[in-house]
Amino acid sequence: MGKIANEVLLQKLTDKFGEQVAQTGADFGLLTVETNKEVITDVLTFLKTDAALQFIYLTDLTAIHYPEQEKQIGVIYHLHSLTTNTRIRIKVFLTLEDLHIPTASTIWDGANWMERETYDFFGVIFDGHPDLRRILNVDDMTVFPMRKEFPLEDPNRIDKKDYFFGR
Amino acid sequence: MSDIQIVNAPAGVEGSGFFATSLDKAIGLARANSLWPLPFATSCCGIEFMATMGSHYDLSRFGAERLSFSPRQADLLMVMGTISKKMGPVLRQVYLQMAEPRWVMAVGACASSGGIFDTYSVLQGIDEVIPVDVYVPGCPPRPEAIIDGFMAIQQLVKTETLRRREEPKYQELLAKYGIQ
Repeated sequence: MGKIANEVLLQKLTDKFGEQVAQTGADFGLLTVETNKEVITDVLTFLKTDAALQFIYLTDLTAIHYPEQEKQIGVIYHLHSLTTNTRIRIKVFLTLEDLHIPTASTIWDGANWMERETYDFFGVIFDGHPDLRRILNVDDMTVFPMRKEFPLEDPNRIDKKDYFFGR
Repeated sequence: MSDIQIVNAPAGVEGSGFFATSLDKAIGLARANSLWPLPFATSCCGIEFMATMGSHYDLSRFGAERLSFSPRQADLLMVMGTISKKMGPVLRQVYLQMAEPRWVMAVGACASSGGIFDTYSVLQGIDEVIPVDVYVPGCPPRPEAIIDGFMAIQQLVKTETLRRREEPKYQELLAKYGIQ
């Protein structure tokens, strides 16, 4: 089976989900669609189980923070169809007040640790996740360090203070 | 004729058939020339330490031939490499398991100050969790620099008074790190 054209893929998604799924771009030929958290589980399940599509491989699951947007936190899924060598990127944007999204670990077991990492760094809460706790950072960390409001440099650092350089 | 060199005797009174010096100096001499280092190597500084232990630089010339991979028997903790905040409690535990007298050497920029890793996940110098005796700068330091730091430790060991570890000042230092 050859690569599925972006138009065909988008047509299949809009046939099934209507306006709930919308294209936002196709950078470097990678189809990018935005959807919402109400249908995300259905979209992922459809993409994985549809006989013609078979996006059986979850390449990555992560998040992004745009402080200037109303919906600041974006959860991003990268899927790969191994049978057709087609890739797709799916984004769901959430507000800071309501960072809940259904888990994808019921669809791919590999999503388990990816979601823990996304929770660890962005604070996204994946409903239905079997064991949602920090995975990389220290357990007693109180912040989500990949959010933009978190300072890049460690506040305990003293040897870069201005007074050491006569400033 | 053997070309093995032995260390010079400390200052003392010498006569026919006897040599007298203070216990501090005799014990300091023995300790300084038979330090057992515990290499706590987490990254590239550890590679430089391997070169330091190898035949070309040969740290065993300084009496540190025997590496102790158990903290119980180690005298000197050599921390070489980036210590992440998650590693901090592990390093502290290793330090606590060492018996007194114990010395700590921070090798390289990361162990001394966090180095280039000025970020949320990295400890900004191991002196945030344990007291440090000697800092070796460099990224990574050359084996010569590690040997220089080791000789500075030897100097500390040689000149340390036997009662130093019981002094209130030392207890204060430990208390600052929440030890005892």
